[in-house]
Amino acid sequence: MFKIVSRRELNPTVTMMDIYAPLVAKKAEAGQFIILRVDSEGERIPLTVAGFDRKAGTVKIIFQIVGGTTMRLNAKKEGEYLEDFVGPLGCATKTENIKKVCIVGGGVGCAIALPVAQKFKELGCVVHSIIGFRNKDLLILEKEFKDCSDKLTIMTDDGSYGRQGVVTVPLKEAIENGEKYDEVITIGPLIMMKYVVATTKPFGIHTTVSMNPIMIDGTGMCGGCRLTVAGKTKFACVDGPDFNGFEVDFDEAMARASSYAEFEQREREHCCNLFKKEVK
Amino acid sequence: MAIQPKKHIMPVQEPSVRARNFKEVATGYTEELAVAEAQRCLNCKNRPCVEGCPVNIFIPEFISKIKEKDFEGAYRTISLSSSLPAVCGRVCPQETQCESKCTLGIKFEPVGIGRLERFVADYHNVNFQGEVEVPVSNGHKVAVIGSGPSGLTCAGDLAKKGYKVTIFEALHLAGGVLVYGIPEFRLPKEIVKKEVETLKKYGVDVETNVVVGKTLTIDELFEEGYEAVFVGSGAGLPRFMGIPGESLKGVYSANEFLTRANLMKAYKEDSETPIMRAKNVAVVGGGNVAMDAARTALRLGAENVYIVYRRSMEELPARKEEVEHAEEEGIKFEILRNPVEIIGYNNPNDKKDFKNGFVTGIKVRKCELGEPDEKGRRRPVEIEGSEYVIDVDCVIMSIGTSPNPLIKNTTAGLEVNSHGGIIVEESTGKTSKTGVYAGGDAVTGAATVILAMGAGKTAAKAIDEYLTEKNKK
Repeated sequence: MFKIVSRRELNPTVTMMDIYAPLVAKKAEAGQFIILRVDSEGERIPLTVAGFDRKAGTVKIIFQIVGGTTMRLNAKKEGEYLEDFVGPLGCATKTENIKKVCIVGGGVGCAIALPVAQKFKELGCVVHSIIGFRNKDLLILEKEFKDCSDKLTIMTDDGSYGRQGVVTVPLKEAIENGEKYDEVITIGPLIMMKYVVATTKPFGIHTTVSMNPIMIDGTGMCGGCRLTVAGKTKFACVDGPDFNGFEVDFDEAMARASSYAEFEQREREHCCNLFKKEVK
Repeated sequence: MAIQPKKHIMPVQEPSVRARNFKEVATGYTEELAVAEAQRCLNCKNRPCVEGCPVNIFIPEFISKIKEKDFEGAYRTISLSSSLPAVCGRVCPQETQCESKCTLGIKFEPVGIGRLERFVADYHNVNFQGEVEVPVSNGHKVAVIGSGPSGLTCAGDLAKKGYKVTIFEALHLAGGVLVYGIPEFRLPKEIVKKEVETLKKYGVDVETNVVVGKTLTIDELFEEGYEAVFVGSGAGLPRFMGIPGESLKGVYSANEFLTRANLMKAYKEDSETPIMRAKNVAVVGGGNVAMDAARTALRLGAENVYIVYRRSMEELPARKEEVEHAEEEGIKFEILRNPVEIIGYNNPNDKKDFKNGFVTGIKVRKCELGEPDEKGRRRPVEIEGSEYVIDVDCVIMSIGTSPNPLIKNTTAGLEVNSHGGIIVEESTGKTSKTGVYAGGDAVTGAATVILAMGAGKTAAKAIDEYLTEKNKK
């Protein structure tokens, strides 16, 4: 059993927790993920490591409520326990030979992008961050990003905070204005990453994407997380989750991500109390 | 008394009934049936059956105990060689092992050794009230990686010799392929749980949620005071054929399909784990795993389930009993067929059509058998222009696995072959790294439960010899 040491709601749909898991905390690196089960009958869900404290033995997770399991996870209080918590899984984000990096995060993907940005800052790199959200209410981790970025641009779809528009707009501007990035790292919705890659490709800037496909065991056994990368079958759990963005087949990944859309919808309705009551 | 020429039939659920439930197919011998079957054993002098068993169970001896109705005595006899009798009695391919060597089998059907083993183990599990004799500790620590058949066997044998054994398991539940792979109707999970509980009584610790190669490395295990390590991490990444359409929605690896159904209990109506409950299913492959996947799909409500296999019924690598059970349940065998493409739904006029990207069929090409390959099995030769499409909404790929890369990637000095399997000395399980032994699918690639158990047993013996020698110095 793994104790929830602290819990904080970052916005109405996104929650942050620190979980006591000393073995995982000891090894975790930015870019890796964990798998957890909320209770003994629960499903296994992968979540990317959003931070860790090796001394305290805790691992930070940030999740968005999307289905039944994340709803049950969100209902857990500080001091309560999670049934299972295993990791760190996958490969850490590569940092070699990078002096100047642009981190592009979207929505809850920013939670995953943050430790990556912090890692580069720690290594003494120049870090530019562009983070995007649907609106001001969904904005998370502004202060944390400010602290580790030499330049931070915040975008909202509706213009309710920061600049109005999508993340690729300031990215393209920066590149056209002569910013020489060794690497662009993007983490967020598949459609956003696809367009970030489309933006950087004409300039030939190496772009890493962090894939988060459907997974079960997360240790290289089930093959559920397979992707096509450079025409070959790859497994996000052991070969990734980071891949060269120019080589990922995004359309296929997007199609596969919707395999259980119907089931998730049912689960959500099954779990959400609002659906159980007669709403007037 | 004349010898009954045939094995006593083991009671099973009616095929039409069992094809729709997840309860165990065979219900097992009664005491009377077991004694009657035991009477068929000639108790011959040369005991060829023992040679046929990868863990060399004292077969005539335990059968003699059954004749005397000393069922606990029979259990103790089996336990001298096997840590998992209730499992082996159910999943071993006896027809190619012990029973294939049975003297009675020359003239008649061999003795139903597997069925008797299963009876004895089940009898013990229901009736045994006493405590196991916990061996005196010798103070030496051994780590076992993976709690599948090889790991459990190795751990059991070492614990009985007094070693302090800790098993590290990556998943949340102990049992490896016995819990994530083999379905409930063939091996009830309660039985695996009982076998693991028995090991714990012998002092074995099981640490779940530890991925060796990630959470801990083998070198760190040595630093923590373990004096030897056994790697039984099992099979790894599923193989795919590399044909078009394998990424469509509704294409599973057998590992994923079975893990969802078994470990994650998607077969239960109220499960939180989604699984496609397809109407028409094609399973590609002909091994035990393919049979398990096909029969699971049937039980999840499929109307038509096809086994697509490129050779003929003769070459099917699955256990005979599983093939027979599958046929009885109505699984259709599309033999001498090789898949060339998986076809998906595509509505070019409506990109938002929710059916887009889901499987609608599998295109197969007919084959005929040609010259034997290096293993002596006749090679399938495709017949040009013979393609046709089988309408299915789910395809399950069951064509084997390649070893898991996690341990190899994080263990300096551990040599692997070109397929990624750990290289070992066959008679000991010794690897290229001092103090590290390995066995099971991590070494051989996908094989059987009993072969993995045999490897675990061999390694346990070698580890004991190695540590005894080492600690003398």
